[in-house]
Amino acid sequence: MIELRGRGIVPGVVEAPALVTREPISGFGGIDVATGTVIEPRHELFGVCFTGQVLVFPGAKGSSGWSGFFQSTRLMGTAPAAMVFDVLTTKAVLGAIVTRVPTVVQALPRPLETIRTGDLVRVDGESGVVTILQSASSST
Amino acid sequence: MRLTDDEKRMRDGAEGEAVAAAMDLLVRYGDALGAERLVETRNVAGTMTQPSPAKAKLVEEGGWAKAYAVINLDCDRDIEIPRMKVPTCQLQHGFAGDASGLTHYADSAIRLQDDAESYFSDRGVNILATCTPYQVGNLPVRGEHCAWMESSAVVYCNSVLGARTNCEGASSTGAAALTGKIPYWGNHLPENRHATHLVRADVTVDGFQEWGMLGYFVGELVQEARPAVVGKLGQPDLADLKHFGAATATSGGVELYHLPGITPEAPTLEAAFGGARIAEPVSYGARERAAVYDALNSRGTSRDVDFVLLGCPHASLDQVAQLAALLEGRRLHADTELWVMMPRALSSVAFHNGYTRTITAAGGRVLTDSCPAMSRAAPPGTRVFATDSAKQAHYLPAILGIEAWFGTLEECVDAALTGRWGGGLR
Repeated sequence: MIELRGRGIVPGVVEAPALVTREPISGFGGIDVATGTVIEPRHELFGVCFTGQVLVFPGAKGSSGWSGFFQSTRLMGTAPAAMVFDVLTTKAVLGAIVTRVPTVVQALPRPLETIRTGDLVRVDGESGVVTILQSASSST
Repeated sequence: MRLTDDEKRMRDGAEGEAVAAAMDLLVRYGDALGAERLVETRNVAGTMTQPSPAKAKLVEEGGWAKAYAVINLDCDRDIEIPRMKVPTCQLQHGFAGDASGLTHYADSAIRLQDDAESYFSDRGVNILATCTPYQVGNLPVRGEHCAWMESSAVVYCNSVLGARTNCEGASSTGAAALTGKIPYWGNHLPENRHATHLVRADVTVDGFQEWGMLGYFVGELVQEARPAVVGKLGQPDLADLKHFGAATATSGGVELYHLPGITPEAPTLEAAFGGARIAEPVSYGARERAAVYDALNSRGTSRDVDFVLLGCPHASLDQVAQLAALLEGRRLHADTELWVMMPRALSSVAFHNGYTRTITAAGGRVLTDSCPAMSRAAPPGTRVFATDSAKQAHYLPAILGIEAWFGTLEECVDAALTGRWGGGLR
């Protein structure tokens, strides 16, 4: 079990598989809210659905519609289960608040180097602790 | 976050439930950012009128009050929405009546938006209906604290005007409009406004297309950081900087840049860096310029162009005048549509100046309020479009699943007249 400690900015606790990307995510033109899928053609997660997963990403990019697009995933039932990101911007912070999923920012050791896609993680948005409960390679 | 007595009273309901909900959101948001306090603003630019499936459902359930509560205040309670406390404008939104029947865009959405315009203008929202409020009367002054959203407007506000705003969202602007407050964080703090990166243009950057390509390069390079740009820069005009900033905010998340000697907070390169050590320059040369051009044209295969889109961000009067001059006495190809998007207020001037008549006579259309990216609709059957906007070339292939060509205004007009893309990097 590996623990990452950061700052919780949206309370709540959730356990779900991680979806990790090293590329920032765009809201407007970057995700389809109806399906919870990344749609930016040149993105490494192009075509991948984040619904119900812990989205581990560097931060937000692109239009200020970011928060509204992620808020819409909540309203449409396609939201990620939690968010973990490093770069603190108004877009990503407001987006996490209105998506209302447990969110931890600026955790150490660094999430992008520690968490892998498929790892089962627990995100505690109150204490700011992200725990890798089971790594992807050891699961079947 | 420290609240003033006045802010505590608002939070506790002294000014009604909507203001209390707005203050609650601002406190959650400010705390999450790590802000120490709020700052007063009398200039809010947000979005509330544009239809979306989620909003239409909320309006059906509880009218526009419910839609504003949920989307613009992140509040699930049933509350009344009072008059906006400070000057607030609506940015771009969905297509209006002038686009009715031109696209697969539901008339019900146009009616829903009309209804929203009445509701929110009754509450003091100025329906400027443009991504470029600075072109039509909302022109903050240097140092003014604003709460703006729309990435291209934010970067213009900070960089060109020297006013101060973060890249806000629908909820934070919705809350700012009812309270006159926004977290004092990020770009509001003077010490956060200095350059972090330096880009040196080693090729000449002059004219609309070149400024857009440089912006796209800079945004991808610095992401959320603050670039200063020097080198072989021509004198930009409003449209050039509008395009440059929009491109930096599209490929990256730039909210503030400095052009030493041009933009107001950077009389010199040293001033741009606020006295700190000047960063090592990254060169924007012929190779980088070609790579940007290729990236923006990587979504084009067929040269048969069925749609030409101009005006992103919304066209200035000069841009529309240039377009009218190029279309004077000509006629678009039978299978090609041309739209130029501009602010509603400027379209009135374009009409009186005869530009609209010239463009319409050629078969083009002057449209307002929105754009194909915002409204997710282009002329029916569009497969390949051409644009002079780096932002639209970036976004539309993802949003509409169509191919894109990026070039100059002249190349785009040529494509509209011939139905063929003949552009190339020169």
